[in-house]
This record gives sequence, structure tokens and C-alpha cells, in this order.
Amino acid sequence: MNDMTPVQTTLKDWETDQEVRWCPGCGDYAILKAVQRTLPQIGADPSKTVFISGIGCSSRFPYYMETYGFHTIHGRAPAFATGAKLANPELDVWLVTGDGDGLSIGGNHLMHVLRRNVNMQIMLFNNEIYGLTKGQFSPTSREGTRSPSTPYGSFDHPAKPAAFALGAGARFVGRGFDVSKHLPDVFKAAHAHQGAAFIEIFQNCIVYNKDVFNDFAAPKGAEDRQLWLADGEPMLFAKGTKGIALDRDALALKVVDVEGDDWQSAGVLVHDVTNRSVAHMLVELPFGPFPMALGVLYDDPAPTFEAGVAAEHDRAVEGKENNLAKLLAKGQTWTVSGTAQDPV
Amino acid sequence: MATQAADQCEAAVKSENPEAVVVRFAGDSGDGMQLTGGQFTLSTALAGNDLATFPDFPAEIRAPQGTLFGVSAFQINFGSTAIETAGDAPDVLVAMNPAALKVNLAALKPGGLIIADTGEFTKRNLDKAHYDANPLEDDSLAQYQLLAFDISAHTVEAVKPFGLGNKDALRCKNMWTLGLALWMFDRDRKPLQEWLKQKFAKAPDIADANIAALDAGHAYGETAELSGPLKQVHVDPVATEPGMYRTITGAEAVSLGLVAGAQLAELPMFFGGYPITPASAILHHLARLKEFGVTTFQAEDEIAAICSAIGASWAGQLGVTSSSGPGIALKTEAIGLGIMTELPLVIVNSQRGGPSTGLPTKTEQSDLYQAVYGRNGDAPMPVIAARSPADAFECAIEACRIAVEYMTPVMLLTDGYIANAAEPWKVPDPASFPAFPARFLTEKNATDADGNPQLLPYKRDAKGARPWIKPGTPDLMHRIGGIEKDSQTGNISYDPANHQLMTDLRKQKIEGIAVPPQDIALGEGAGKLAVVGWGSTFGPIHQAVRRARRKGLEVSHIHVRHIWPMPANLGELLKGFDKVLVPEMNTGQFKTVLRDQFLVDAQPLTKTSGQPFKIAELEAAIEEALA
Repeated sequence: MNDMTPVQTTLKDWETDQEVRWCPGCGDYAILKAVQRTLPQIGADPSKTVFISGIGCSSRFPYYMETYGFHTIHGRAPAFATGAKLANPELDVWLVTGDGDGLSIGGNHLMHVLRRNVNMQIMLFNNEIYGLTKGQFSPTSREGTRSPSTPYGSFDHPAKPAAFALGAGARFVGRGFDVSKHLPDVFKAAHAHQGAAFIEIFQNCIVYNKDVFNDFAAPKGAEDRQLWLADGEPMLFAKGTKGIALDRDALALKVVDVEGDDWQSAGVLVHDVTNRSVAHMLVELPFGPFPMALGVLYDDPAPTFEAGVAAEHDRAVEGKENNLAKLLAKGQTWTVSGTAQDPV
Repeated sequence: MATQAADQCEAAVKSENPEAVVVRFAGDSGDGMQLTGGQFTLSTALAGNDLATFPDFPAEIRAPQGTLFGVSAFQINFGSTAIETAGDAPDVLVAMNPAALKVNLAALKPGGLIIADTGEFTKRNLDKAHYDANPLEDDSLAQYQLLAFDISAHTVEAVKPFGLGNKDALRCKNMWTLGLALWMFDRDRKPLQEWLKQKFAKAPDIADANIAALDAGHAYGETAELSGPLKQVHVDPVATEPGMYRTITGAEAVSLGLVAGAQLAELPMFFGGYPITPASAILHHLARLKEFGVTTFQAEDEIAAICSAIGASWAGQLGVTSSSGPGIALKTEAIGLGIMTELPLVIVNSQRGGPSTGLPTKTEQSDLYQAVYGRNGDAPMPVIAARSPADAFECAIEACRIAVEYMTPVMLLTDGYIANAAEPWKVPDPASFPAFPARFLTEKNATDADGNPQLLPYKRDAKGARPWIKPGTPDLMHRIGGIEKDSQTGNISYDPANHQLMTDLRKQKIEGIAVPPQDIALGEGAGKLAVVGWGSTFGPIHQAVRRARRKGLEVSHIHVRHIWPMPANLGELLKGFDKVLVPEMNTGQFKTVLRDQFLVDAQPLTKTSGQPFKIAELEAAIEEALA
């Protein structure tokens, strides 16, 4: 995001007149509402807000936002967004992608927009399936996923979006899921972050991969299976009866039991969003033995790409003038006098 | 011996063409032949000769020393009359080693002069060049004039006072050779001495050693001359249009033209690029021009390069990207999006030999189909082709103009020859080009049924162009994308009639672009034979047609800049000729387009050897066509 004068809007101001065309019950609806709820709260200006997407179900998102929107081509949204942001750093850029768009065809661009640290919010809707093309397995599909293209079950090792982002050099990694009431908080933190803010959003594809995230996202028993991280707070879950501690011998995280409120003596870690080493462990935590780590996993700003471009520009132009006539005549010249002659 | 050189050189030169001389410098890719050629070009330009050059170097950065595939050559044709090609066959070949001699000998004119460095004709180097015997010592070069002496030893001797190691000393060989060449053609050494001082400002010893080598080479010729009766070869300055001149390569001209185009459009320029031969030079030039409102972005790949440029255009700058054939192939999907969303974009294609990786450092014109037809869907796009390094400047401005005025991607075709070759360029006055300021929509452009202001992002102007609406403009929020859009609102539309309409509108917009009428480059507007070219074949075609006309043949030269859409009068013009011959460096692509568009019996003359047409080849084809 950028420093900007807050603008008064309501949720309605962010809705377009276009009929939303996702399948009834799709997790995308909940994410759309979460975004439309967030933007008035952060004082965003619709005319300075842009949504840029690639191809896929998630990438229809811009059509439903009353902002400037660009529905581009498959996997390449980060490149369009980079160009737009460099051309006008005032724009508040939101990038919408999916597991196929962002990690398969567009993995390269996602990597580079993160490492360059272009200032924008990157929402990756992870439904672990290709929805728009009718249900093929995706790079995040779990091993054994049966789909039209893997009738005997997939055997690819799935990509881990948050781990990918951190590995690519992201300075902000957040996680949430479509119907979570905490999702707007993750968006707000991402928006407040100066630089590329990566948010993995688990999204339920009710047609091709229904309830695949229910193991942690279902309301029942959620306390035991969700670890909501907050900066400066102990990493507790299961109503404070369990916590995450560091196994110093294995250099890994472990689940510990907490007696009463005494999480300190159980060795439970206090979440420090700027601790990159712990962030690497959090994005790799296997669900099952561990709860799903959600919220802001990592947030440690670094200089942005567009600031670097601007600084380089200022250095490069110092003492130079924008004089085209002089530029054209640069280098060694010679003058021919006399009359022109037709060589023919 | 140098007296002999002058004698032989003059003989070689005068025997064939007293108005012009062709010299080829050839050596190992580490010998600095491109630099030698470039500096000789500059001194030739300063001497007032017209000239054309042809750098010919291997794709390998530093091929193993002394090998045949590591040979790098630079050819220059200069003279006192208009020069339009790098010349068919060299009069003088400077061969710095056996491999350079072997690779380039076939091109040398019979009776031409060979200057060879005997110091490099060792057993080892002869083996590497697959010579069984030393050609300098047997009779195999009898049909040429040979001047062989130990340039290496002379150079080492000349730079001795500067305490350079043998390896560094030998690196000054090219300057020694250049010094000799400057003497031969009566050139001023001063600009080169100044240039060396500047180039090696941080290492004055190296500068002094190079200058000493240059002076020694020159003195070698001069001293010998004083002792002999013969004169140096002097080529008179060319009679040319008065004005200020400089030399320019196509890559420089494209870069400067883009800067000028962006200024005429009153826009900052965003250049998204990715390294590829021979297009990278444009990225390099523009990266140093930030004070002209240029942002350059080296993207992660060709696709990101064009996508970032489209993103920048959407945000209100002039997006530009550049590549060569394989890179253009990668950009193709994004070009389609640019056409669909109707955003300005300039795509420069510096063509090279294909298909696939093809011949990265050799020239070809085989991306014409790709430019005109190479996209999915009905996706019309304007295509402009530059004919020469200097012409590339105006073509780049024209590409910017069309992109901005018609809200469309435009492809500018150059090729490896144009990109690398240098020629004198009359420095234009930027004020002489009409401006075409970009207009951005600032308020809603229509009224709805209830009388309220309404935004219609696809409502077209008289040219068929939609408005350019910058994100960030208050109250004009809207969405665009690659899905077919309603012809007015730009909202997604799957309506069959709307798709028909939009397909038609996109086609009509491009076909309606105002391009200047086709002119005749040389000859009459009707007659027996029209030789129709495009791109970098201009020089050889023009010379060949000129020679044929001197022989009394009824032939005209037509050279097409606007490949798509074509000038409105071109069809009628071609029908005024009995025969139409289309020389091009591909298997006949423009010929096919001409046949398709105008139903003319265009005959192909094709060449795909990676080398430009020779004038003699074209002359022969003209004579055959008129026989």
C-alpha cells in the first residue's frame, strides 16, 4: 500500500453492477466480501485502487470490484502489476491469482515479484485444483488426488505456496481461509506492509475439490487445528492448552502441553513477525502433527523495488538535461557544407 | 614493404572501382576487430566519405583462440559517391591469423590485397585453421596481392617502453593495424588518439601503449612512403546534403527514435526488455537515458518484459518492448492482449536467422509472417520495417505515433544487420517532427438513458480508437481484460453479434490507419520491372537497380516501409509494371503478402545464408527478369 489520504466509503461502493459468476457456494464469494469489507476500513480510494489478475476462477475477481481492474493472461499478472506500479507508484495494487495461475504457469513471475519486493498485495487463492478448466489436479493438489487428468491419482509432490513465497524472498507472508472472520485482519496487515505482501488464502472449490480444507477449516474443533499467530503473543492453540515451542536439539518446532496459563515454563514461543528463521519453520509445519499456522506468519519490511527505481533515476539524472537535440547530436559529428547533389 | 602496400592497394582499388573501397578486418574474436572496424568507420566518416558497414561476428563470446568458428570480421565500404551497402567483395582483407584468412578469403576480390600478420601464422595456428601448409609461403594466394609481415613483433616493439607483459602488448595489435589502415587511406589519427585517452582514462599506461601502437602502424606506412615514389590511396569526400552528421547504428537509431517518439507523444516511456541477441543493444542504450523520462526494466523473461510494458501503458506511459524472433514468439500471447484491450505498445523485433534459436548473430527477414499474421484469433496489428540504421529513427517515431493515435500495439521490424551496422546520419532537428500528444480521458464520455453521465471505455473516436483512461483518474473506474468485451461498456460479453462487431471494428481500425502513399525509391512509376523490397535489403536493391538503369534497363525500385496496413496506392502501383520481383532474406514471405493483397504475380528472389544480398546477385536477377 501507499501513504494516502483516507477516503470514506462503504462496502457497497466497492461492488460493481456485474453479475458475479462463480458457482453458488464457492469460497471466492467470501473472499470477495472480505476484501470489500476491508477496503472501507483502511480508507482506500476506489479510483487509486487497482486489481490485476491472471486467468482462472480467482482471476475473475477484478470484474466484481468497483476499482480499476485488469484481467490479464495466464500466470503473468505479476509482470503487468510491476509495470503498472513502476509507471504510477501512487496506485494501490492488489494482485489476484490462484494455485495454478500463480504457482504453475506463473511461478516464475511470482518468484520475481516477491524477490524484487514490488509494493502490492498478492492474494493467492489456493483451492488445490484447476476449477475453470473443470477439475484437473494442480501444483498444490495433495498426492493421490484423483482428477480427469490423473484418473489413478496424482503422484506429484505438491508445492507449498507460503514456503515458496518465503523462499523467493517475500518480506510478508500471511495466511487465511475463505470463510474465516480473521481474513480482513490479514488483509489489513498486508496492506499496511510496505512491499510485496503475500497472502495464501485456502479457498473451497465446492465443485471439484469440495471441503478439502475441512480438516482444519471446519468450525467444529477449529480451536485444536488452527494456530492463529499474533505479533508479540505466545503461539497457543486448543484454547491455550497447547503451544508451539522450539526443539533445540532438532532445530525444529514441537507441540507442547500448557498447564494452566503457564505457557512460559512450557517454553512456548512468542511470535515475532520479523523472525525469518521461525517463519521458515512455520511455513513448513506439516498439518496433522501440527495445527495450521494462520494469520501473519512473517512481516519484516525491506526497501521496495519502485523506491529503488526512483532512487536510481534521481541519481542517474542528476546534472543532466532532457535535451533531445543535444542527445541526437551526441558523439563525434562533422558538418557538410555546399549544395546537395542527387547521386543518381 | 609498405610502399608496396600502397602500390598494391591502389592497384587493387583502382582496378575495380575507383569511387569506393571495401576493406574487411578479420581476426580472432579476441583480437578486437569490431572495435578496430568501428574506429576506422568513425575516421572514415570524419573524412567525409559516405560509408556502410557490416559487422560479422560469432555467437560465441570467446570462442577458442585461432579456430575457424571464432573468426570475427568487420567490413566497411566507403567512397566518394553514395554508399548503400557494405560492399560485395572486399578490395582489402586484413587477416590477423590463419583462421581469419581461411574464412574470409573466398569473399576477396580477385587481385585484392591481403595484409597478414606472419607472427600468427605459426604451426599451431595453421593446424587450428586446418591448413596443411602455410598459405603465405606456397602459391595458393597467387591470384591476390599479398603483404605479409610480422605485425605482432612490430606491435610488441612499439609498446615496449610501457612495460606491458607480452599478452597485453599483443592486445595492441589491432591499434597497430588500424594505424596502418589509417595511413593507407589518408585518415586523421587525432580523433582516435583522443578516443583512446578517454577510453583508458583510468589506465593511462594502456592508453599510451595503444596510441604508441597506432602511431607505429601509421609511421610504418609513412616512413616507407617517404622513401618511395607512390602516393597513398585518397578517397574524396562524398557530395552530400549539407548539415551536421554523425555515424549511427540501427540499435542507436531505434533507441533515439523511441525517445523522440515518447517526447512527441508527451509521455514518459517504459521499456521492458530481456537480453537477446541482437536486440539487447536497445535496452543498453535506453538504460542510460533516464533523464529523458525513460524507465528501463530488465524483466525475468520475454513474457514479463512485454507484460510489464503493457501494464505501464495501461497506467499511462508509453510501453515499449524489444526482442528478436524467439523472444517475439514468447511475447505473442501478450501482444494479443494488447490488441484486445487496445492499449498503445511498441514492439521492436530485431530479426535474426531462424527458426528456433537459428543464427543469433546472422541476419534474416524471416519474421514477416510472424509480425503480420502470427497470433491466435483475428488479431490485426500495424507493422513497420526500417530500411537502414538511419531510417530506423523515423520508423521508431512512426511506430510511437500509430500506437498512441490508434491505441494499438505496433511492431517495428529491423534485423541484425540494421541493428549492428553503422552509417552516416544527418542529425535531424527534433522540432521538425509534428507532435502527437497523447490524450487521456478525464471525465465520463457518454450519457445513459436517464441522462446521467456514463463511462464507455470502448466508445471510439473518428479513427476508431478507444479512449485511454489512466487508473488513478477519479470516477472513471472500469475493468478491461482479454475476454471479449461489449463494444461500448467494455464489460464481458459473449454475445455473438457483439463479437462479430468487435472483430470487425478491430480490423477496420487497423486497416484505416493513415499511412503515407507508397513512393518510388528509384525509376519510373510504371514499366517493365519493379523490384519491391522491404527492410535492410534497401541498399543492395537500390545499387543494383541504379546499375541496371545505367545499362539502360527499364527497372524501378519500390521499397515498402508500411508492411501492415500497406499504402493504399501500392496495389495500383504494382499493376503498372509487367513484372514484379521481390528480393528478401527469407523464403518469400512479403511476396506472399503482396500476392494475397493485390493478386499480382510477384516473383520471389530469396536468400537465407545469414549474409545480406550482394549487389551483383540482384543485378543478375534483374537482367534475367528482363531478358
